[in-house]
Amino acid sequence: MNPESLVYLDAVSKIYRSGEAEIYAARDVTLDVKPGEFFSLLGSSGSGKTTTLRMIGGFEIPDRGSVYLGGAEVTTLPPYRRDVHTVFQNYALFPHLTVAENIGYPLKIARVPRAEISERVQAALKMFQIPGLGDRRPSQLSGGQQQRVALARALISRPKVLLLDEPLSALDAKIREEVRQELRELQQATNLTFIYVTHDQEEALALSDRIAVMHNGQVEQVGTPREIYNQPASLFVAQFVGKANFLLGTLLGIEQGRATVEVQGHPIHATAPAHAVSVGASVTVMVRPERVRLNPSEPLENAIAATPLRTTYIGQLLEVALDTPLGGLRLTQLEQRSLALGLESSVDSQACQVGWNAADCQVL
Amino acid sequence: MAANIAESGGGESPTRRPPKRPWVLASWTLLMFGFLYLPIIVVVMMSFNDSRILSLPLRGFTFAWYSAALQDAALKEALVNSIKVAAAATILATTLGLLAGFAIYRYPFWGRNSFRIALNLPILLPGIVTGVAMLAYFSDLGWRLSLGTVILGHVVFGIPVALGPILTRLGQFPRSLEEAAYDLGAKPVQVYWDVIFPYLRSALIASALLAFTLSFDEVVVTIFLTGRDNTLPMEIWGRLRTSITPEIAAIATLVLVVSSLLVLFSQRLTRTPS
Repeated sequence: MNPESLVYLDAVSKIYRSGEAEIYAARDVTLDVKPGEFFSLLGSSGSGKTTTLRMIGGFEIPDRGSVYLGGAEVTTLPPYRRDVHTVFQNYALFPHLTVAENIGYPLKIARVPRAEISERVQAALKMFQIPGLGDRRPSQLSGGQQQRVALARALISRPKVLLLDEPLSALDAKIREEVRQELRELQQATNLTFIYVTHDQEEALALSDRIAVMHNGQVEQVGTPREIYNQPASLFVAQFVGKANFLLGTLLGIEQGRATVEVQGHPIHATAPAHAVSVGASVTVMVRPERVRLNPSEPLENAIAATPLRTTYIGQLLEVALDTPLGGLRLTQLEQRSLALGLESSVDSQACQVGWNAADCQVL
Repeated sequence: MAANIAESGGGESPTRRPPKRPWVLASWTLLMFGFLYLPIIVVVMMSFNDSRILSLPLRGFTFAWYSAALQDAALKEALVNSIKVAAAATILATTLGLLAGFAIYRYPFWGRNSFRIALNLPILLPGIVTGVAMLAYFSDLGWRLSLGTVILGHVVFGIPVALGPILTRLGQFPRSLEEAAYDLGAKPVQVYWDVIFPYLRSALIASALLAFTLSFDEVVVTIFLTGRDNTLPMEIWGRLRTSITPEIAAIATLVLVVSSLLVLFSQRLTRTPS
């Protein structure tokens, strides 16, 4: 275990039995979260991200493996013995208590004197920009306000770690982006450790210091948003996060971190994967659509003739589907540049050249 | 008007069509309500009528029967007995119903479904069965019949009555509230008193009101289990064997008003708060 880590999961598994079959909600999950980190668990539903979060919070006890908090093992401790608080997806505000009583609840439980509770609650209301709402009931608040109350309640007793279970999913798209920004600012201002569960890759990329991508109960990759996006460790990660072109080929060789892959008889230069791959193996090469350049002005490491099939207007970007000797490819570029190239007016079967650099292309 | 609705709706819906002769339905409905409620109305009228026998035309309006009824020592004693029995049975039935409801909701124990059915059986069984069975049981035990045995008999059917609203409310309880309390540091007992109990409070009051009302006017089980002391319905029933007097009509009207209010209040409480 890394001595710097605040939350450490050591090969944690949670198994559900249905008859004879064993279903792994989480399988050998090993994670290492450092103090002050904004750490996201990203995955679709059923990926095990929420189960993992619940094992950290103490709501599920792992069948195998151990959970450590600040160096101490907490695997089987109940939630009330862990210095971790959770913001629930539906906020779970107590309906029969006022906003102020909700926020002050952890302090009341900890037997903090009344005067101090009310002082700290007032400060929290102010900090979360909901002063004057203290006497209302949760049902009288908007979704955004309820979310602030849930955050204030979870943070008021200054836990070591804040767990957030898709806290933005119940909000309107418009407020969501605003609150997302506030969450990041809050985390940086308090320097607290956040563990954030989401299925929204954009949210994870925008907020996190590091992301663990989960799939079928297992961790596929842990890395910074840039690593996840640019050097996905698996086909799943590449597909789940962002859009990508995939080319199937045979590995010809690896030299100094650069791989050469034969795709439909053409050599393609790409970044070698972190794991060992033997020469002659079939591999998948990934290149992001925005890294593929149409009629590049300077020579690039990979270049191929292409025929545009169709263009799709998607807001500020233009997506171009192409037919190439390597197979179908998609590229996106700013609309302005497409206009400059006269692409939109003469898309049909005008032969062109596309290319990309080896650094922008990853062997999975 | 009807034609407009049909046009805008794009065709007449057979289920939404207004009745062809609304007055037929209306008079039939009135007739049925009359059949159900007229006897009760007659009793209420009798309690205010200034005459020992009810006959048309009505004589003057009076409260005399009410003061007479409340000065009748036997009636008053029966009323007090009924309140004692109902209060004790209510407290016991609601407490046991809460504990049983919690067990059913929380723990997947062996035989949970059978347990639930067994608890509900007393409201399905005819009162005479419960009454005879308990009488036989108590006399085997050598217990003397008293208000105490009546209370026990009322608790038996009070538990399923109380269990209903409690289980309904528990079924709506969001688990995340409980988890949030644990998460914020509350221990199991604190979670119960701070979160679960307040959530159940309205259901508990509703349960108690229902159990009280049913115990208060219960006759069949009581006949078998009571000793020398009479409950109010028993006293009324005893006097009815001779003839119905205006005093009894007055007491019956009072019971009617109080029970209706209790039931209405309990129904308001069981509605899910928005």
